[in-house]
Amino acid sequence: MQEFSDALLLAFELIFSGDKDLIEIIGLSLRVSLTAMVVACALGLPLGAILAISRFRGRRPVLVILNALMGLPPVVVGLLVYLHLSRAGPMGSFGLLYTPTAMIIAQVILILPIIAALSRQILEDLNAEYAEQFLSLSVPRRAVISALLWDGRYALMTVALAGFGRAIAEVGAVIIVGGNIDHLTRVMTSAIALETSKGDLPLALALGFVLLLIAFAVNAAVMSLRLTTGRYANV
Amino acid sequence: MTRSIIGCSLMAALVATLSTAAPAADMAIHLQSTTSTKNSGFYDYLLPRFKKETGITVHVIAVGTGQAIRNTRNCDGDVLLTHIKADEEKFVAEGYGAKRYRLMYNDYVIVGPASDPAKISGLKATSTALKKIATSKSLFASRGDNSGTHKREKLLWKTSGISPTAASGTWYRETGAGMGTTLNIAVGMASYTLTDRASWVAFKNKYDFKIHVAGDKTLFNQYGVILVNPQKCPKTKVRAGQKFIDWLLSSKGQTTIRNFRKNGQQLFFPNAE
Repeated sequence: MQEFSDALLLAFELIFSGDKDLIEIIGLSLRVSLTAMVVACALGLPLGAILAISRFRGRRPVLVILNALMGLPPVVVGLLVYLHLSRAGPMGSFGLLYTPTAMIIAQVILILPIIAALSRQILEDLNAEYAEQFLSLSVPRRAVISALLWDGRYALMTVALAGFGRAIAEVGAVIIVGGNIDHLTRVMTSAIALETSKGDLPLALALGFVLLLIAFAVNAAVMSLRLTTGRYANV
Repeated sequence: MTRSIIGCSLMAALVATLSTAAPAADMAIHLQSTTSTKNSGFYDYLLPRFKKETGITVHVIAVGTGQAIRNTRNCDGDVLLTHIKADEEKFVAEGYGAKRYRLMYNDYVIVGPASDPAKISGLKATSTALKKIATSKSLFASRGDNSGTHKREKLLWKTSGISPTAASGTWYRETGAGMGTTLNIAVGMASYTLTDRASWVAFKNKYDFKIHVAGDKTLFNQYGVILVNPQKCPKTKVRAGQKFIDWLLSSKGQTTIRNFRKNGQQLFFPNAE
């Protein structure tokens, strides 16, 4: 357990010394995972809403598949994205492999099912409450979707955070498509994997604490947003 | 109202971190290489010196030799720096590489717990040591990932007349992982393992582990460097890649390699032709 206290101490040192490399790595982690979250929400929330209010043949299997995709293994996503972005792959000419963009693409694929599946469930429950009103007022579909997304916004924030949590915590995909290149594609998780493989366990664990702190900060920021806007709305 | 402004600005700050785009890397090449060179800090020492002279940035993707060659076959690298002569020559013969240059060497060592259950410490012949490990059924951690080190280890078992994979899962344990991870596992279960000296010297979680066998000529470890053939991979950055190789092979590059120290030890010995 000596290592544990060493790591805690080291984590504080790292944070307060303002280590340039660490700040760069934290910045990239946030940039990649927050962008992935925003893109996945932009695609996944409307998709979840459409699935929530639509009734069509084969809907049930589609939902089962969507729910199952929440368990997509990051390494598999990384491998699929690698095969597409590789210079020998179908999208090789874009030169995206080993760039932050490739990492964002992989994380979007990874968390899109989470965002879509969870928001579908939330919005479907909400829709059940509103259905009669919508029907009696014969609200158009587009308006139904935006009303549901707006009224469910607080629950959907938690959905977004779940996606963000998955993205910032995964290492399997980013290490394959990013290559863990120093000063270019190294993020917190791949740095932790690297330090572990170097046998520098206290530093690896310290970076882990820092990663937890980042997740905490992002969650706190979103939560405070919810509190402030919530109070404003109630005034 | 002010509260909502604070909230909005928090969100804006979050979004702002998203929008800073990566700088375009014009003079940059991708080097597919091994974990041993990366984890020992060799590139952190070498590449800034190269960049200072030429302005060329080298992005290192450090994986096992097997995966490095596979990635390069897909044209996902400009230069390959690895350590399995046979595979490298095959890579060139198949037209993927332009030419293989001898660059530097070091050696493999067998490390294990201080208690040395197979009593191999100080043995000169690798084959005797491996036979003693096998007959005593002492734990041995194998990379099991088709890396350069793994291929050498398989060769060493073969020349010792032992087929350890029959005992896979009992005393012979294939980790399927990189050198560092395998060393961590070996330390964790007090097993012997084969490692290159660079990885070993730089490794920080040694616990009570020692080098037991070293110096046998079967443990020689040669590194080679290859420019990817632009005829197979048209996007190869030939000029910058060749410049990097020329520099490594020049007397300046070779001296730089010779001067690299980790914990006071020289890890790579230049031997370009």
